[in-house]
Amino acid sequence: MASGGRPEHQAPPEIFYNETEARKYTSNSRMIEIQQKLSERALELLALPEDTPCFILDIGCGSGLSGECLTDNGHMWVGVDISPHMLDVAREREVEGDVLLGDMGDGMPFKPGTFDGAISISALQWLCNADKKHHKPAKRLHKFFSTLYSSLARGARAVFQFYPENSSQVELITQQSMRAGFTGGLVVDYPNSAKAKKMYLCLFAGGATQQLPRGLGTGEEAGARTDAACSARQRWKEKKPLKNSHDWILQKKERRRKQGKEVPMDTKYTGRKRKTSSFWR
Amino acid sequence: MKLLTHNMLTSNIIKGVTKGFPLGIQPSRVEVQEVDFNPDFITRILPKLDWPALRQAATEVGHGDGLPEALPESVDGDEGLQKMLHNILLQVEVLEGELVCPETGRKFPIQNGIPNMLLNETEVS
Repeated sequence: MASGGRPEHQAPPEIFYNETEARKYTSNSRMIEIQQKLSERALELLALPEDTPCFILDIGCGSGLSGECLTDNGHMWVGVDISPHMLDVAREREVEGDVLLGDMGDGMPFKPGTFDGAISISALQWLCNADKKHHKPAKRLHKFFSTLYSSLARGARAVFQFYPENSSQVELITQQSMRAGFTGGLVVDYPNSAKAKKMYLCLFAGGATQQLPRGLGTGEEAGARTDAACSARQRWKEKKPLKNSHDWILQKKERRRKQGKEVPMDTKYTGRKRKTSSFWR
Repeated sequence: MKLLTHNMLTSNIIKGVTKGFPLGIQPSRVEVQEVDFNPDFITRILPKLDWPALRQAATEVGHGDGLPEALPESVDGDEGLQKMLHNILLQVEVLEGELVCPETGRKFPIQNGIPNMLLNETEVS
């Protein structure tokens, strides 16, 4: 993603990913590295059978960086993207997969049961925008997910790395994917880190029930630590008397005495409620 | 566009089109580009192929000679047949031309090997 705010707010994807922006995906080594890491993790979450060449759909394939990761792992792929400039770069780089110009929101134009899996890197959030007057995000998402569902083989997975803007976008996306028949859900890597946190929507297209993979950085050890911290806070809370109670006042006075401050002596009246006086009535 | 992709591609995203398969090909430039031979992939993709559609597409782009009438049951061990399938599925590329929806006649241009499957506002279902 380019610096300076969310690209979805600047222009529709087919305009935003112009020649200059597309070039970055071949010349900027930092962007390339990030894309490769995301692709590798997505491929890992796809859990394809080992040593089997599969046929994969890459949605929002761009200049084919994620596709190259698929090629390196021995898979054949077809990519769809809405930016002609990005696809031209992909052709120029002579990627091994085939690429199509298409809009996710129009639907995926493939025969039923075609693909052994689908991946998508940083593309899904674009569908939440209404870039044209006739665009309705919920409808476009549903069209996309339902046509994707049918183009996948039974039991195949679709893994989307995406950058949701807020929780209602996540809700909208997951809701529409479930409506289209998918099962599965969100896998969040490094949920406690602002920078390393990455969201993957991991969907299963029918078949046997599958276990949702665990996010990275959420292992036993991390979980145990938060539990310990939690219970320590709990214990400390239990030890502390309730605010404004008799004990709380005594404790506070004791603390201030230790600090060498002038504190009234403790009597039987300390912390006692005043009787409502009839004098002022 | 490779013929493998063509064999999977439909126009059923257009409003009112039910099957949209197979798309006709009107090629104006076709090339054969070398791709690494992977016999395992050819064996795996075989059950997913629509053989009549592949034969028709191969004929349309001028590479239909020698393709058997029916899809062979198995290609294991038959390297000649595997290589022929590899060539027709992955090496033959349509660089310029048009794809035609069999139901509506809507044309999808192919430029620089990239089919343009974008729809107009009125075509989206």
